Amino acid sequence: MSALLQVRGLSRHYGRRIGCEDVSFELHPGELLCIVGESGSGKSTLLNTVAAQLAPSAGSVRYRQRDGEWLELGQLSEADRRRLAREEWGFVTQNPRDGLRLNVSAGANVAERLMALGVRHYGQLRSIARGWLERVEIDPARIDDAPTGFSGGMQQRLQIARTLVTQPRLVFMDEPTAGLDVSVQARILDLLRRLVNELGLAAVMVTHDLAVARLLAARTMVMQHGRVVETGLTDQILDDPQHPYTQLLVSSVLTT
Amino acid sequence: MNTNLMLDLHDLGKSFELHHQHDAHLHVLDGIRLQLHAGECVVLSGPSGAGKSTLLRVIYANYRPSRGSVRLRHDGRWLELASATPHEVLDARRRTLGYVSQFLRVIPRVPALDIVAEPLLQIGAEPAQARQRAGELLHRLNVPERLWQLPPGTFSGGEQQRVNIARGLIAPRPVLLLDEPTASLDAANRAVVAQLLAEARVAGSAVLGIFHDEDMRDRVATRLFPMQPLEPA
Ligand SMILES: Nc1ncnc2c1ncn2[C@@H]1O[C@H](COP(=O)(O)OP(=O)(O)O)[C@@H](O)[C@H]1O
Ligand SMILES: Nc1ncnc2c1ncn2[C@@H]1O[C@H](COP(=O)(O)OP(=O)(O)O)[C@@H](O)[C@H]1O
Ligand SMILES: [Mg+2]
Ligand SMILES: [Mg+2]
Repeated sequence: MSALLQVRGLSRHYGRRIGCEDVSFELHPGELLCIVGESGSGKSTLLNTVAAQLAPSAGSVRYRQRDGEWLELGQLSEADRRRLAREEWGFVTQNPRDGLRLNVSAGANVAERLMALGVRHYGQLRSIARGWLERVEIDPARIDDAPTGFSGGMQQRLQIARTLVTQPRLVFMDEPTAGLDVSVQARILDLLRRLVNELGLAAVMVTHDLAVARLLAARTMVMQHGRVVETGLTDQILDDPQHPYTQLLVSSVLTT
Repeated sequence: MNTNLMLDLHDLGKSFELHHQHDAHLHVLDGIRLQLHAGECVVLSGPSGAGKSTLLRVIYANYRPSRGSVRLRHDGRWLELASATPHEVLDARRRTLGYVSQFLRVIPRVPALDIVAEPLLQIGAEPAQARQRAGELLHRLNVPERLWQLPPGTFSGGEQQRVNIARGLIAPRPVLLLDEPTASLDAANRAVVAQLLAEARVAGSAVLGIFHDEDMRDRVATRLFPMQPLEPA
């Protein structure tokens, strides 16, 4: 099977500070890859650079778009990158308030990305939005409520619906369950697990929680100081970690 | 090429390097040679700590071998698991290599029936058909129907183990690795597992397993593979 995303030697510096350094990986269709590592290890920098939200300092990101053509993201115009983000990608932020529009209704939040793809029929938009609210376990009766009144977990589920409604081919997620209560996290993880399976999503997901990687990702990359120190099957990395840093990460999880 | 040969271990070794425990090197496996053929059931025997579970995990590519070769017949050709890519390993696990551990890994909120059906879905079975087959297996393993729609998190150890066996055996895989799958089962359910394994072998599967219970071992083994700890514990 051919890859969907090819990352080669990708670096992003902030002045003289390293964000991420010399990262390479591939992602296949239908595959969820987790990036783990402690705070400050460069996970978000890598994710945002791959998703073309930050300009790389070195290296390349290639993406095979829906029609099969390979695109070199660094050579695309801003308009083309925006088109990709709209038509083929999705991004779920850690804080749902960054990914939602708080002043419009839940239904409008879900419908907005569809409208950007040219769906105009009001009744159709509304019924799709209703269906997606149900899918993320939000009572469709709340379709006209603004998300400001939602709990953090509900807001995050709404952001997931808003992102996935366009059936993106590739989804980027940055700690989508961090900062939520454990019981709320479990519900979102279960939801993500099911949606990823049902939609056959390819996704890159940042998390500092190894249990999240175990549950969702077939493959995992471990980052430290901006570099990938170990990569492989998630169960290999958690059960037979090779790198000293990974061993530390795994053992500190086991003792907490 | 011997068309019956399914798994070929050659001079296989495994050591653990524990960086945060005074850089301890734990040598667990060395020079393992083992050939597993279709239709046979080889049982690993030896004292606790001999490396039996480690060997199964290395074959499943859950642990990475330190030395030697693990060749698996996958899709009509030999796949060297010691150097296979993650995607190759995942494909081998989906279609060729099954693994049943002693404990069920519970997935929150997922009902027992779906946990069992999942491996069939992964190889493209129709959902209704997969669920029906899952129900048949759970039924044979005496898991009461009232439990099927519940997540197994609250099940007894024996019930979880039977869900785990059903999940491990539902997809017809040519090589089955079993790590004490019957440890907390009663005699009646052990007999069911022995019967299921016999059927898998008749269907052409090769089985490599660890069974503590002697009665179970006598019933399923076509051959023993003795193992001893490399270093005094
Ligand atoms: N906008 C920024 N300006 C300067 N340094 C930054 C910026 N964003 C991140 N960094 C630095 O880059 C490194 C990686 O940060 P980040 O990618 O946010 O890590 P993580 O997501 O793993 O917590 C850290 O040293 C961080 O301080
Ligand atoms: N992931 C691991 N990390 C470190 N040591 C391990 C790991 N897995 C197994 N071992 C060690 O390998 C040795 C053999 O264990 P195991 O394979 O479980 O033996 P058996 O199944 O024959 O009882 C033991 O000393 C055990 O502690
Ligand atoms: Mg971050
Ligand atoms: Mg054991």
